[in-house]
Order: sequence, then C-alpha cells, then structure tokens
Amino acid sequence: MKQSTREDFKKNTHGKDSALDIKGSVFTLTVLCLKSTDNAAIELALHEHLSRAPRFFHNAPVVIDVKALPHDVSGDAATTLDFALLTALLRKHNLVPVGVRHAAPEQLDGVIAAGLAILQGGTKPEPVERAVAPTTRASAAPPPQTTTTKIVRQPVRSGQQIYAKGGDLILLAPVNAGAEVLADGNIHIYAPLRGRALAGVTGDMNARIFTHSLEAELVSVAGHYRIFEQQPAADVHGKSVQIYLENERLIITPLI
Amino acid sequence: MTKVIVVTSGKGGVGKTTSSSSFASGLALRGHKTAVIDFDVGLRNLDLIMGCERRVVYDFVNVINGESTLKQALIKDKHCDNLFVLPASQTRDKDALDTASVGRVINELRDSFDYIVCDSPAGIEKGALMALYYADEALIVTNPEVSSVRDSDRILGILAAKSKRAEDGAEPIKEHLLITRYSPRRAAAGEMLSVTDVQEILSIPLLGVIPETEAVLQASNAGVPVIHDIESNAGQAYRDVVARFLGEDVPMRFLTADKKGFFSRLFGA
Repeated sequence: MKQSTREDFKKNTHGKDSALDIKGSVFTLTVLCLKSTDNAAIELALHEHLSRAPRFFHNAPVVIDVKALPHDVSGDAATTLDFALLTALLRKHNLVPVGVRHAAPEQLDGVIAAGLAILQGGTKPEPVERAVAPTTRASAAPPPQTTTTKIVRQPVRSGQQIYAKGGDLILLAPVNAGAEVLADGNIHIYAPLRGRALAGVTGDMNARIFTHSLEAELVSVAGHYRIFEQQPAADVHGKSVQIYLENERLIITPLI
Repeated sequence: MTKVIVVTSGKGGVGKTTSSSSFASGLALRGHKTAVIDFDVGLRNLDLIMGCERRVVYDFVNVINGESTLKQALIKDKHCDNLFVLPASQTRDKDALDTASVGRVINELRDSFDYIVCDSPAGIEKGALMALYYADEALIVTNPEVSSVRDSDRILGILAAKSKRAEDGAEPIKEHLLITRYSPRRAAAGEMLSVTDVQEILSIPLLGVIPETEAVLQASNAGVPVIHDIESNAGQAYRDVVARFLGEDVPMRFLTADKKGFFSRLFGA
C-alpha cells in the first residue's frame, strides 16, 4: 500500500535571501488503489481498513491510484469517478488526499478541479504549490538514503576485486580478464569488460550492467548469471551492451 | 636522485633476467652508475647471464644478514665500469628477505648509484613482492601470449596495491611495457598477440619491443648481455629501450616482418 513518489516537491520557506526556496524531495506516501468507482463501496472498505489502525492513518497524506479501476462499467468507468466527492469522502475520514496517479487524459480536468495534484502517470506538470501539504505524517517519514556511487579510474587487473557496497559502481578503465567487479546496484563500465561483473549482489533484480565492449567471462544480475565459455554471441561480442533481468532471465541487448 | 626500477612479469621464462642484464648494462653504457640486484634467492641466474658467476663470494643475503659489507658483495661488471651486480644466494630461500633489510640495502646503494635495477623472480610471492616494494618505476616484461599478458596484468595490480608507494599513498609507480620474444611474422599470421593487442589489454605505455632472435640465447650462454651484440636486432632494440627510458624520442623498430628475399626463400634461411 505504501509507495514513494519521486514527483513530489516541497515548499521550503527557510531561504535567507529570498522569501522561499523551492526544493525537490522524496516522500513515502500512502497510496489508495481504487478498484471501484462506487463511493459507498469505497467508504465501506475505507472504514474497514481505517478502523484497524485509526491513529496510524490520522491526517495521513494519500495518493489515489486509479490504474486498477475496471473499465467495463458503463464503457469507461474511470471517467465517471467524481474526484470532488471522493476527496470529500477521504477528508471526512481524516485523510489528506494530495494527488492522483495513473489518471487517464480525460480525467485530468476533474483531478485539477478537485484541487489534487497529478502524479506519475499524469501528462501535465503538477502544480508545485499543491503537490504536498506539509503534514506531520510527511515529515515523520525517514529521509530517503542517498545511494553511494563508487568511481574507479584505474584499470581493474587480474586478481583484483572491487565491490561497491550499497550503491552503483562506475569504472572509467577496463576490467581485465581474471578481475571481478561487484555492486549492490548497477555497474557502468566505460571501457571493455573482460573479467566478471556482478550487479545487484544483494538481490536487486532491477540492477543492470552497462559496458562499452562486452568481452566478459561472466555477468550476473541478482544471482542470475551467464558464463561465456566461448566468446559471447557475435551480435553482442565487443559491442556496447546493457545486461538486465526480465522475468528472471538475463537479457543482453546492444545499446545502439 | 637515485631511481629504483623493478623488472618484473609474474610469469617465468619471459625474459626478466635477460632484460634486467641488458637494461642495466645499457644504463651503464650511457654513463650512469648502475647496480643490478638479483632477487631470485635460491635460483640465482643473473650472475650467469652477466658472466660473473665465478666471482661470487658474498651475496645479497650475506649483506642482509650482516655477514658481509655491501662493498664486498658487489661485483664489478667486466664490460662496463659503471655497472655492479649484487648476486642472489643460491643456498637460501626467499624467506631470507624482509622489507626492512631490503630497504636498508637499497638505501645504502642510493648513496653511490644513479639507478638500481631489481631483477624480480617469477611469481607473486615474497621474492617478487620484495623486488617491487621499493620501486619508483617498473618494467613489465611480457611475451605476446595470453598467459604472460594475464600474469603481467596481475603483477600490475600488485604494483598498484602492495608497493611502498601504494602503502604511503605516494605517486604511483611509473609503469613501462616491454614486450619480448616478439615475432612480427607470427603476430601477422595471428599465431601471436600483436603489440596493439598486448597494449590494449595492459593499457600502460610501451617502452619497447624486443624481437625473438637466436642472439639472445647465444648471449645468455656466453654470459654477455645481448645489448653488447650490436649486430643483433635484440641488442639494438635494447639500446632503443634504454634511450627511450632516458627520455629520447626513438621510433619503434622490428615491428613488421622482413620480406624474405628470393634466395633466402629458396634456401630456407
């Protein structure tokens, strides 16, 4: 139910020179994934959820996600959703609706009219001043961890091992045969990869490996590995490629 | 300011001692006072190649253990006045070496020499680590062949991690690539890695290429470093290497196969 959104902006009024500073920030917000347009049904479900932990949701900022709404009710059900009514309903239950995600283009007017922001999936830039109403919930959320990136400028030579813990690894020189580079996040090699590269070693399935020239012995993403006993297939050998997981299968595609 | 140069490769049999002897002789021929140390304790070879094996009385380990003075152990080369050899011990092993004592000997040599050439043993164990520990510059001797290139790559990693300069966080060791036993004909035929292949993998500056010739073996057997054989390609190539090391701009030679003449083809010469 909880998701972080990257498109929230926070108004910061602590500037020294100007009256305000505008800064980007990332918050953990509660997302309501609507499965029905029926306000009565929504209220019932809401009441059931909130009664379990009334204090937890008190004044919590929420994002309305309309992606899961069925589209077979009266042709296009999503358009019939009344955002003004829904907003009033959420406020009544002490929730603070801040925006709508995955709104269809024809819904946008209704969203804006209800005083809500359009988040990820919307097509219009969101009104900054309405993006997030600073509430106790938002400020109580832990600040997001900035990932650390390790940059290596020297060649990684046979027998050497480099590990970027908790972040990405960027290499500006070759990874030679017999060398091993590992990262919790992505690995970027702006030079040939001749040794082994293991991205997402702590299990990040979204980690990727990028290299200017694939001549590797082994590549791995989140434990899914491929060894190149012979040279890799001709269409990717020596090419700029990215390597990633798709449905738990390791995919190697040329970058250009 | 004295420079300490390690001649190393990781792999054995690629031409470290041949290169050390010719390189050190070349520096001495150019008027620089040079000492060459054999770090291959237990398998000493440098004295053979330099032709001074019968004059070894005291060795490197004797100096380290305080059983002789440095002056007693240093052997003056027969061909160059400026060159001295510090032979390895044949009866000890590499455990006789430690950084403090090696450092003491090298510091003592600094007083009277311009260049100290350290001939490293093969491998990445103690002897090799001792040879490279105090180096300011390194000659990476590589044959145009995959296992040799791989081992050179390994030793470059060790240079960058385990030398004194690395430990002190000082400016890194200056690395030079020396490709030996190169046969342009075989490289052109794809039987050997080319100079470009080797350079691409190791990504360090090329100091020189020594062609494969019989003159090297003959010189080793005769106990005269091949650099003294100015008739041979290898001798000339080593002179070029020394000139480049001293900052001269000398074009690379012996990189392309000689066209065989009609008669030499006919007689298979």
